[in-house]
Amino acid sequence: MGRYLGRKAVLYALTFFVAVTVNWMIPRFMPGDPVQSMLGRASVSDPQARAAMEDHYARLFGLDVPLWKQYLGFWGSLFQGDLGTSVWLFPTPVTEVLLDAVPYSLVLLLPAILLSWVAGNRFGAFAARSRWLDNTALPLSYLLTATPYMWLGVLLAWGLGVVAGWFPATGAYSFALTPAFTWAFLSDAFAHWVLPFLSLFLVAFGGWAIGMRNLIIYELEADYSAYLRALGAPRRLVRRYAFRNAMLPQITGLALQLGTIVAGSLLTEVVFAYPGLGSLILEALNNRDFFLLQGAFLFIVIGVLIANLVVDVLYVVVDPRTRIQMQGGA
Amino acid sequence: MTVEVSELRVHYRTLRGSVQALDGASLEVGDGEVMGVVGESGCGKSTLGKSLIRMDGRMRHVGGSVRLGGEELPIADDRAMQRFRYHEVSLIPQYAMSAMNPTRRIGRMIRELLESRGVRYAEVRRELERRLELVGLGADVLKRFPIELSGGMKQRVVLVLSTLRDPSLLIADEATSALDVANQRAVAEALVQFRDRGFIGSMLFITHDLALVAQLADTVTVMYAGRSAESAPTSELLRRPRHPYTRMLLSAVPEVGTTIDESRQEGIPGSPPALLDPPSGCRFKDRCPLAFEQCATRPPFIEVASGHRVACWKAE
Repeated sequence: MGRYLGRKAVLYALTFFVAVTVNWMIPRFMPGDPVQSMLGRASVSDPQARAAMEDHYARLFGLDVPLWKQYLGFWGSLFQGDLGTSVWLFPTPVTEVLLDAVPYSLVLLLPAILLSWVAGNRFGAFAARSRWLDNTALPLSYLLTATPYMWLGVLLAWGLGVVAGWFPATGAYSFALTPAFTWAFLSDAFAHWVLPFLSLFLVAFGGWAIGMRNLIIYELEADYSAYLRALGAPRRLVRRYAFRNAMLPQITGLALQLGTIVAGSLLTEVVFAYPGLGSLILEALNNRDFFLLQGAFLFIVIGVLIANLVVDVLYVVVDPRTRIQMQGGA
Repeated sequence: MTVEVSELRVHYRTLRGSVQALDGASLEVGDGEVMGVVGESGCGKSTLGKSLIRMDGRMRHVGGSVRLGGEELPIADDRAMQRFRYHEVSLIPQYAMSAMNPTRRIGRMIRELLESRGVRYAEVRRELERRLELVGLGADVLKRFPIELSGGMKQRVVLVLSTLRDPSLLIADEATSALDVANQRAVAEALVQFRDRGFIGSMLFITHDLALVAQLADTVTVMYAGRSAESAPTSELLRRPRHPYTRMLLSAVPEVGTTIDESRQEGIPGSPPALLDPPSGCRFKDRCPLAFEQCATRPPFIEVASGHRVACWKAE
């Protein structure tokens, strides 16, 4: 177990290193120059003042030193929690901008990922037991998974937001309010949260339900199920075993799906103008704010890595086969 | 308890029609008797085994009956069959290697199975451990997961588990086929030992291994294309086979001491008929060297000597 976790830790460290490096590279080799964009805002025509400002901004963004020094410096400040200064919201530090947005993304993503996973698996297992349910629920699930996030998002915003008027269709809270832990704010935030959550939840739900339904059917046809039934075990027991065993690939699937769900949240946040990391990435792109972009990606990388690590550890706990292989047995 | 299968017909439903996998199989197993059921693959051996304990969704009981100790088994009624399963009729499946849930410790799986069948685990635990010891396994296997056991060990665990309720009839479907010769012998001997100790009443030993049958079985039934071809006490069948198919089957088995140079092993030319639309009359007639006009009608499965039944017009 210790050796396994050690190996995993090395692997994750390596992934983190590569991801951060790529993350650092992308904005720097992208067309567009942040210094020029800052200068453009100031609209100074005097060449001498221009040169002085150019010099100032280059030093501020740390672009006045050779690339390798920039790279090392990036790592150095990363560990101090310093991700540079935002261009778009100059002079707010990137870390501050991100920390304002992350809670919104988490509040949207975590429930959407976990609830859709739990509910989808339950529903899929349930659908596998009756032909009638299978014939109605399955096509519906296919329709849901095949729907792009933003399309479903737009449909929901239009249907439930604009036409029915049940939920507000944009933003995370009404403009009249300021974020605080008051009943008025929280209930308002919840109303704003429902639609983006629903669009993420529904799409993922369909996928899990289909996967679970197929896995359950496979497990029910496995040899151990046949043996139990031949010995007269009740359906309940056979189903319980099948469900548990079918959950194993679904746990791996959860780890694999995380990246896609994060990407989906980006689109969802854009559609609903929800002020999470996704909207921030869009703004950063529009404003050529590559420090902010870099920071946002970093948060996503860290999030996906942590989630994968949790799933890895969880898998060891639930599947005895991985545990036994780790002990060097059988 | 004696087991009487008479004219059992079980068909498989397929999209192209019904496959007559079992179309008039008859056999009689005495109390405490081990009967070997042999035949080529596709002759209905496994279908027979499954029919006696649990028919799957595609199988349909068309005719014939099964009696266990004078009581008729409701083989077509999944619910009514439930009370016989495990307690009266049990099974060692073809797939014993993968018969146990891979994610449960063996002991826990056995406990959950027993308790779901209304048996208190604590009451049978000592007996379970004793029997595991009889087949050379320690009680510690109960704390293990199936993948921690070798194939032979899994086979023996399944053997003990399947027979724990002292069933009147045990169906051993190719129970030793997946094992190496040493393990085959061990499992076969354990089966006989269990029978001798009274853990198992009668046994149907379904196999294609004639050598094993010769060692293990008291009587043998030879099946062909879903029907019983010949049934006799083992020594009688080996010494005086009457059905041409049995003769050819026996001649296809090499004898100890012969080598390939001395005599070429004979197979049976041709292959068994497709059972989706089987030929009328005797199903062996197309491959039979003795076939004549009368074979166009189905020969009855009749007793030609004491305990020796044959379905062939040429057998006297």
